[in-house]
Amino acid sequence: MEIIFAIAIGVLYAVSVYLLLRRSIVKLILGIMFLSNATNLLLFTSGGLSKGKPAFIEKGSNVPEPGIADPLPQALILTAIVIGFGIIAFTLVLTYKYYSKTGTEDLDKVQETDQFE
Amino acid sequence: MLLSVLSIFLGAILASFVAKKFNKSAGILLAIIPLGSLGYFLSLYEKVRHGEVLAITYSWVDTLNIHLSFYLDGLSMLFVLLILGIGVLILVYSNGYMLHHEGKGKFYSYMLLFMGAMLGLVLAGNLITLYVFWELTGITSFLLIGFKHTEKSARAAALQALLVTELGGLALLTGFIIIGNISNSYEISELLNQHEVLTGHPLYTPMLLLILLGAFTKSAQFPFHFWLPSAMKAPTPVSAYLHSAAMVNAGIYLLARLNPMLGNTDMWQNYVTLFGGITMLAGAYLSLTQKDLKAILAYVTISALGILMMLIGIGTFLSVKAALLYLVVHALYKATLFMTAGTIDETTGTRNIDELGGLWKAMPVTMVASILALLSMAGLPPMLGYISKEFIYEAGKQAPGVSDYVLVCSVLANAFMVAISIIYGYKIFFRKKHLNKPITEAGATFWAGPALLAVFSLILALFPKPLEPLLESALGAVKVVPIKVELKFWHGFNVVFLLSLITVTVGVLLFWGRKQVIPFLEKINARLFKIELAHVFNKTITQLVSLAKKNTSFFQHGYYRIYIMVIFIVASGLVWYQLYRTWTWQFTEGLSPVSYYATAIVVAICVAAVAVAISRSRLVAIITIGVAGFGIALLYMIYGAVDLAITQVFVEVLTLVLFIMIFHKLPAFSKHLSRTSKTRDAVIALTVGVLMAALVIKADHLNLSYPVSNYIAQNSYEEGHGRNIVNVILVDFRAFDTLGEVIVITMASLGIFSLLKIKKSKTTN
Repeated sequence: MEIIFAIAIGVLYAVSVYLLLRRSIVKLILGIMFLSNATNLLLFTSGGLSKGKPAFIEKGSNVPEPGIADPLPQALILTAIVIGFGIIAFTLVLTYKYYSKTGTEDLDKVQETDQFE
Repeated sequence: MLLSVLSIFLGAILASFVAKKFNKSAGILLAIIPLGSLGYFLSLYEKVRHGEVLAITYSWVDTLNIHLSFYLDGLSMLFVLLILGIGVLILVYSNGYMLHHEGKGKFYSYMLLFMGAMLGLVLAGNLITLYVFWELTGITSFLLIGFKHTEKSARAAALQALLVTELGGLALLTGFIIIGNISNSYEISELLNQHEVLTGHPLYTPMLLLILLGAFTKSAQFPFHFWLPSAMKAPTPVSAYLHSAAMVNAGIYLLARLNPMLGNTDMWQNYVTLFGGITMLAGAYLSLTQKDLKAILAYVTISALGILMMLIGIGTFLSVKAALLYLVVHALYKATLFMTAGTIDETTGTRNIDELGGLWKAMPVTMVASILALLSMAGLPPMLGYISKEFIYEAGKQAPGVSDYVLVCSVLANAFMVAISIIYGYKIFFRKKHLNKPITEAGATFWAGPALLAVFSLILALFPKPLEPLLESALGAVKVVPIKVELKFWHGFNVVFLLSLITVTVGVLLFWGRKQVIPFLEKINARLFKIELAHVFNKTITQLVSLAKKNTSFFQHGYYRIYIMVIFIVASGLVWYQLYRTWTWQFTEGLSPVSYYATAIVVAICVAAVAVAISRSRLVAIITIGVAGFGIALLYMIYGAVDLAITQVFVEVLTLVLFIMIFHKLPAFSKHLSRTSKTRDAVIALTVGVLMAALVIKADHLNLSYPVSNYIAQNSYEEGHGRNIVNVILVDFRAFDTLGEVIVITMASLGIFSLLKIKKSKTTN
């Protein structure tokens, strides 16, 4: 299964890089979204895949059963997802603002900050 | 000692308040601070006079042998008295001069900062401490020279002075570090007995050259002298201070201080004497053809610095003695002359010597002060300048090996000085010339300082006894052994007296023939100095800047996607190379079994992703990106990450909502790039994608250390009191990370809020 996950990660990265290299600013945002999803999945896979065993401690026991999913990457990814959302939300509004000011979505036309009044 | 330096810096902070509160007497009030310091140092004078060294060390960076240490001996004392004494008078003078100028508070603040920096420089007992103050003088002089910052020329002059002296400053630091590496100490007191170690070391030559570069740039030696005349763009009190007691003397002080450690070698003697001699001659010669009063004085300063440098280069008892005396003489007459020049400028409105004349009646006090100072500058009796000139000739006569060079240079330079002194005094005060407006003597603060200094210089010449012990202790500090100093006018008929006669005769002859000589010299100069050094310097700087610009615009071209492209290509290239070097693969062992419905979800994600990449419609893109996102949430769910799945679903929903909210405001996708560039981007994207997939496979068999999550899992219930381990990590084990996350989200929402808010207020207007 790891290999299939690896392929998925590869596809997500490839798509995100391809989107990041576009001139259209909206595609850039989509690229950022894929980049964070791909990275989350990468982290998740690196913790090892264990099907159907969430990182819980059963009632009546003080320690978890062996073979549960690794909780640490999950905690990291959880933080990453939320922060990724923050970035996307901010970037989206920034783009909207930028577009309504400049009227262009072409990133090649934005080379200096002093360009626009 | 630290307190005395700090008190002046404190004064600098207070200056702007004082200037606001006591508009009319700020300069006088602020002069109290250095006056107090002066009193403190005078109280230490008795101790220092008898050869005692007062040293204090504060620990700073012990591991690098850098301490904040102060060191007060005769040499420091001499400079301290000049810096503070003249500083007080300059501040009093500024009170009048700056009365109707803008930004007085700033001016006094810079002035005191500069004073404090100079004071720290001559008191520093550690080479690195010295360097720090050295740079501080450079920066504060930059602020002072560029004080009239609305004038382009002042800004240019300030920048030039800064660049030249900082160039030297960096060289100096390198030289100091070499000293520190050789002798394992930066303390002056410890370096004093390291003369053999330092001069015998193979790195002595580069070390000395670097330090000389520092001293030469600071003290305006040829060929770095050009910044000093440009620096007269500063307000006159600044020029007076800069030229007489401060800044330019820093280089002289440095070499006098380092003489016992690095001096007395052929190299030292040759270079320092040679450059000093050239500077002395060039400065005096160039002063003859100047028209601006301050420019004349600036070139005379260059000449004087050349004399000092040359004398320190010779390095005999006589020459160092002559140097120290000349230092005092020069400080006294130069401060006087600059202040009177400023007074003349303020009252008549011009500094051009050809437009001035007949001021003796209107400005008697200024006249007397100037004439006394000019006599001292020309080296004529009954002024202190005369005694010092005799000393210089005597030192030159007995200079080992370089006697002829020194004597020829100094007689010529002094003859020029005599001539320029007479011309200067005659043209300003005695020549019959009608001025357009009636002139009266300026107020007391204008003439008090210069008059005091001029009279002081006269009294010291007539009764030089009190000066002897000061010079003795300073000389003792430079030459390490105590020596007697005797100052008197009459030494009998000897070679030195003869040389003085020749000097004065040539000078007077130059004055008589000025109508013929000066135009002739101007003609020569026009040919000789077609290439101005200042100009060459500016050109070099401009070219450097344009080179840097080209370089920057090559790398910082502003094309966002090219940056990204470069980053991805370089990064993936490097990682591919590393993968190639460790080319072994494991595809079978230790993998979890393939699950068919998970595989189906993965396929859906991949298809959705590719669809986003190639879609032309925004709506399709947004929907398919949702498919990919929910797919990933399902994968999390299947592989035991319940919390992740929940969060991912929430975030996907919110993102979709956001997208749809501003959907109609966003631009449609338009086709920008050609097929070739698309293919190129696809290749780059695939390279990165395959690389990441390969890395995942490779990393799967890598266990670098025992996973920290085991500890967390075992202790989650007992220490964190929670059964959901992921939650316990978030709110307990790594609670601060979560706090950071909350802050990030808060910042993002604040940013979003303000972005939208700005728009609203704009549209309502």
